[in-house]
Amino acid sequence: MAGIIGADIVFGSKMPINYQPLALQDTDPFVLFGLDKEMVVLNDKPWNIEAKAHLLDEKVTSNKNMFIRNNGIPPENIDVASWTLVIDGESVEQTKTYTLSELKSKFKHYTYQLTVECGGNGRSEFNPPAKGNQWTIGAVSCASWTGVRLKDILDDVGVKDSAVYIGYHAADSHISRDPNKEPISRGVPMRKAVQEETLVAFKMNGEDIPAAHGYPLRLVCGGWPASTSGKWLNRISVRNIEHDGAKMKAPAYRVPKNTVAPGEKVEDEDMKIIESMPVKSLITYPKSGAVLELDKKLKIRGHAWAGELEVDQMEYSIDFGATWQTCSIEKPVNRLAWQHFNAVITFPEKGYYEVWARATDANGVGQPMLVPGWNPKGYLNNACHRIAVKVK
Amino acid sequence: MSEENKFKGQAKQVYRMLIMVWCVVLLGTAFAIYALVDPSLSAFKEKETELVVVDDTISEDDWDKVENGIHLRTGFVDDDGLMTVVTNCTSCHSAKMVTQNRMTKERWIATIRWMQETQNLWDLGKNEDIIVNYLAKNYAPKNMGRRANLENIEWYELN
Repeated sequence: MAGIIGADIVFGSKMPINYQPLALQDTDPFVLFGLDKEMVVLNDKPWNIEAKAHLLDEKVTSNKNMFIRNNGIPPENIDVASWTLVIDGESVEQTKTYTLSELKSKFKHYTYQLTVECGGNGRSEFNPPAKGNQWTIGAVSCASWTGVRLKDILDDVGVKDSAVYIGYHAADSHISRDPNKEPISRGVPMRKAVQEETLVAFKMNGEDIPAAHGYPLRLVCGGWPASTSGKWLNRISVRNIEHDGAKMKAPAYRVPKNTVAPGEKVEDEDMKIIESMPVKSLITYPKSGAVLELDKKLKIRGHAWAGELEVDQMEYSIDFGATWQTCSIEKPVNRLAWQHFNAVITFPEKGYYEVWARATDANGVGQPMLVPGWNPKGYLNNACHRIAVKVK
Repeated sequence: MSEENKFKGQAKQVYRMLIMVWCVVLLGTAFAIYALVDPSLSAFKEKETELVVVDDTISEDDWDKVENGIHLRTGFVDDDGLMTVVTNCTSCHSAKMVTQNRMTKERWIATIRWMQETQNLWDLGKNEDIIVNYLAKNYAPKNMGRRANLENIEWYELN
């Protein structure tokens, strides 16, 4: 062990056998973040970890199955007593600072289940490949978030008519350790900022927000790219322009204004920012690879979501989309929460099957079976999810 | 209350106390026997004390060991330029940031420029060619079509 640290561990003999010295503790993300052992590490500096479809079977995603997408290095030594949230910017009547306890006591608390999906979820399927973390399907979650409404805070501060956007700032540091750089500082237009479900949250699933997910304070904008839900939140700027923080400018979190052929070069000025995420669904039970007897019926279930919209219709196909059957789908518990579906499938004969799932949103827009419009950064792949099944 | 009843009452009390004492003795004995068999009382400890596996297989001697064409410490393919890539590409970010991506030479160069413009990457000088050639050769895009087959399926009996 001393060999790895590069120094002898003084009093090492008094160290408990199972104790991992701090210098090494970040080597095992499963222990560090309390993750299910089947979670998949895409990147370890910064941490980027995704779930597999069957790990997302819970109605409300728990910490152990929740994807982690870090742009920088999370803050260390968080002092909750001195943590503050500053509201500033060109379009506030006054700059105001709240302590955590002031936030909690001054404003009413709300709890919502909010779908938070990485804009790059599904990136690994784009052809030609897009640069970045190669998310497959697991960069999505729907946890229960408790906090105060950003709208209530902004009302308390006073916002001028000139306000067009809010941008968040946070306590994480840039991966190069350059103190003058922010790893990420994104935001949302005012119309999203003042939605009832847009929270400045201090609890996830009824407990303190886990360290990897923004402890002690996180902005949560359900239904929009997860990058708009700033972790380790300590400042919100109310801007009179579209926020221009780190990863706000093209090509980050943007797609071509007009569709392009795969691999085509797109100029920055021809890109538009991603707002609501598209309609999508996941089969979370059974796990892909199930083998069953012909006389057995197969129960499937999963979740569907559609950004700002509700999912209206849910279908499955066992013949590669030639025919589609209806699934039953529940209403969301609140706006921006994912919805749960299920169906019972009878297979006509032995063989290899793929069960494909397709959601359609309230505007009648459904999921494509093929990977949708190619874009340089590989965002918004909402192609149908499928699982393999063998019937014998 | 007659003397007889009083006596019966006392006898009952003594009887109850005796049972209690015997129970305590029995439990104590049981525990003592168990402690002899399992002195660390491991059965009562939560399983979460799973050992954190410290990978001390990588000692200083084989810090740059290559096995089956893979540089173990980073996961990079062993090829000309490997150590130049390791030195320049893993001081800020993980090697996984590189190895999970596939790009043409032109796009690897564009990525280097982006890192230089926005992420504090230094001028790579003569090393740039070495790095770009290594990346373009070993991490080149493959045509995946519009939707790939499901692969690496782990089959299991569903009951």
